[in-house]
Amino acid sequence: MGYFELIIACIFVNNILLAQFLGNCPFLGTSKKMETAVGMGMAVIFVLVLAGTITWVIYTFILVKFGLVYLRTIAFIVVIASLVQFVEMFLKKSIPALYAGLGIFLPLITTNCAVMGVCVLNIDKEFTFLQALVASFFYAVGFALALILFAGLRERILLARVPKPLQDTSIALITAGMISLAFFAFQGMV
Amino acid sequence: MPKTLVQEFTKGLWEELPPFRLVLGLCPVLGVTTSMENGLGMGIATTFVLFGSNFLVSLLRSIIPQKVRIACFIIIIASFVTIVELLMQAYTYPLYLKLGVFIPLIVVNCIVLGRAEAFAYKNKVLYSMADGLGIGIGYTLALGALGAVRELLGNGSVTVWGDLSYNLSSAFPSFQPFSFMVQAPGAFICLGLMLCFINAIGD
Repeated sequence: MGYFELIIACIFVNNILLAQFLGNCPFLGTSKKMETAVGMGMAVIFVLVLAGTITWVIYTFILVKFGLVYLRTIAFIVVIASLVQFVEMFLKKSIPALYAGLGIFLPLITTNCAVMGVCVLNIDKEFTFLQALVASFFYAVGFALALILFAGLRERILLARVPKPLQDTSIALITAGMISLAFFAFQGMV
Repeated sequence: MPKTLVQEFTKGLWEELPPFRLVLGLCPVLGVTTSMENGLGMGIATTFVLFGSNFLVSLLRSIIPQKVRIACFIIIIASFVTIVELLMQAYTYPLYLKLGVFIPLIVVNCIVLGRAEAFAYKNKVLYSMADGLGIGIGYTLALGALGAVRELLGNGSVTVWGDLSYNLSSAFPSFQPFSFMVQAPGAFICLGLMLCFINAIGD
């Protein structure tokens, strides 16, 4: 698969939120306001590129080499958790403006299954290092795109009159289904 | 008011039924429920992890320091997930392949971490075990129900482990399978409607 196809596949066809169902808790949790959605999207792009490449390197050069493949789950979650902590400390010291912008969303990323999911997918699909890097970045871009589109729609729903049992999460899920339907049209493109 | 063991167990089945009452752990709910069998398998795997991690966290709650508790919880959970992964590879390999990436992702399922933090770290071992089992079974039932609805409407029949099956077209001969339901968009819409239904009868 060429890089162009890989990029289109990661952003649209296999969109991490709407086609693979990873990272739905922050998707529903942080999409009530446009600002938080943009913050979360940026934080995910930043962490996912780092996590995706670092876990690939650790898997290929440490776990496979020493026959410790069965420790993959534990190793990856530890890497992601400590990476998030490290990124948080680094940003706080060196780029306070960015740190303030990302705010609460950085620590939340540890339990974002989109991050862990992409790391595992990179390994399962047997990507090379460069493919893993490209895939991580564009999966995250797809995440941010879907999240921001969804936040725009949810701000509109606040103004609409919704029947009581459908309010809040229920109507949000149905709306997500509609966006997913739109993304479903990309199926078969690659 | 302190609850009894039975109450801690049964609250997971309705009062705090995971994906509906506590809107947590949605990714597997949407991702694996293309059939009832997958939903139940995922639910049982999650229940095992939830039960084990609640037990161990509660047992070690006086040793785990407050400041690094989240890291400790994650390591405990990850160990149980690895056990489940290896067990499923050994005994239910076809199911393991179908669930795919969602098995290692039990580590980051908010329900498991949420119960460790909100319940097991503060309560006695037996109560934590009852809580973990109750929430796990509630989660399994919810996944199974969503999987059954989607499989029934999407394929026209429900099959669980090869034998127990029900065919909708025997009752309604003119029924046409609605394959939209087993694909991605159907997951969101079906879960949204079920949530609406539960809200409506809950009030």
